Amino acid sequence: MTTTEFAVVGGGPAGLSAAIEAARAGVQVLLIDENERPGGQLFKQIHKFFGSKAQRAGVRGIDIGTQLLGEVEANGVQVWLNSVVWGLFSERTVGVIHERKNYSVEAAKVLLATGAMENPLAFPGWTLPGVMGGGAIQTLVNVHRVLPGKRVLMVGSGNVGLIVSYQLLQAGAEVVGVVEALPKVGGYGVHASKLRRQGVPIWTRRTIKAAEGNGKVERAITVALDEHWKEVPGTEQVLNVDVICLALGLTPLAELAWMAGCKFDYIPALGGHVPVHDADMQTTVPGIYVAGDVSGIEEASTAMEEGRLAGIAVAQSLGKLGAEEARKKKEEIYAGLEELRSGPFGEARRNAKETVHARAER
Amino acid sequence: MTLEQTGVLSREELAKLPGMPSEERMRRGPVVVIECGQEIPCNPCEALCRQGAISVGDPITNLPVLDEDKCTGCGLCIAGCPGQAIFVVDMTYSEQEATVAMPYEFLPLPEKGQVVEGLDREGRAICSGRVVKVVNPKAFDRTPVVTVAVPQDCAMSVRNIAWQKQR
Repeated sequence: MTTTEFAVVGGGPAGLSAAIEAARAGVQVLLIDENERPGGQLFKQIHKFFGSKAQRAGVRGIDIGTQLLGEVEANGVQVWLNSVVWGLFSERTVGVIHERKNYSVEAAKVLLATGAMENPLAFPGWTLPGVMGGGAIQTLVNVHRVLPGKRVLMVGSGNVGLIVSYQLLQAGAEVVGVVEALPKVGGYGVHASKLRRQGVPIWTRRTIKAAEGNGKVERAITVALDEHWKEVPGTEQVLNVDVICLALGLTPLAELAWMAGCKFDYIPALGGHVPVHDADMQTTVPGIYVAGDVSGIEEASTAMEEGRLAGIAVAQSLGKLGAEEARKKKEEIYAGLEELRSGPFGEARRNAKETVHARAER
Repeated sequence: MTLEQTGVLSREELAKLPGMPSEERMRRGPVVVIECGQEIPCNPCEALCRQGAISVGDPITNLPVLDEDKCTGCGLCIAGCPGQAIFVVDMTYSEQEATVAMPYEFLPLPEKGQVVEGLDREGRAICSGRVVKVVNPKAFDRTPVVTVAVPQDCAMSVRNIAWQKQR
């Protein structure tokens, strides 16, 4: 049996930020990540982030990742890489496969910062090689510098679809267009404008109908949708592409929270079922915290702030941080989160988070 | 049609932006054109301007407001905008030509003197242009800024460039 004061599951922006805050306060932290390198999706994000200066706006995600890793190291966080957390049991016992051995890590506090998974879409031909998720394309192109194809159809115009399209152009691929089932562009207008001025069309009220090809994607068939989301016959368009990228939103990766018996709420604005959590990011199971996309799909910038919040709350509950100091730190973060969730793009998420917090307090 | 529907700011939307300089100001020399039309939480531009010509203030979702008399058209804000929504237009470049400075994050970079097509906000070639400056200092963090000379009547439309690239 291994013990630690604070086990952080997942080394993305939320997990890293939590580990740093807690370790700074003197908490003994074990950060566990299943990848060979921590950072989560940050190292795929080669674009500059939005937000305010305090939230590292204007800095590329990849550079934020490097900064966070430096801080993790400087603060003495123990990091287990290539390590899979396969279970979470009573009294916060974490089952981990680490260096081919099974460990039961008994932790005073556990943070689940496990992120999200991409939403799939089934259509004829969707299993053909060449149909892939936006995350996979970012891994191939931005991390391994491999182009998955030459001509790409993007499905979905949320920020992920728009950003991945732009990055594909940067890498030298052609993006033949973006289809969006909604009547409007889902992501930020500035991201859409970057694509449009490169000559990439965005077709709203249109979706993918089928992928065709001999053993791999050679064509995509798209079709217009009417206001009842029904295909409009005769509006099919055939596009010669070798990649169809799906960027259709994310779902919280919350299996460990289910396993631990956390209460859930179904909140579409946050991506589906999310563990109910309070303003300290603590779930309904005492000692188990959530932060980042697992607690509701948002952005890396909010994930980092939520992670910090969880780290501070854990340090406080372990007696490593005085109530007054913790309150000050938290209030600063609440103000930052409020900013990040303001405006027409943030409002639904802010309201949804308030609903989740209110449920936790009941 | 609107930005939300097309991904492109319409003439009407552009005209209403608080980051747009007046025609009178444009006749006086280089000035920034801030094509930021959605209330997203973002304010790096405000801190980047050494003249205090761009203000976002509180709440952070405010659209950036240009004080056109303070702006010197230096262009230090161009590369720092995460949305690549900032350009500098100089209507006084020559008798017939204006320049447009734009962020350009693609390889290869054009060279000074390169003849290019000026592309509009929808990527359509609308005029011929000539690259007059390419800057890529460390402070721009890998967002080079390319300045292109175009006919004056295209300066408020050209927002990208293209040319035959040898791969």
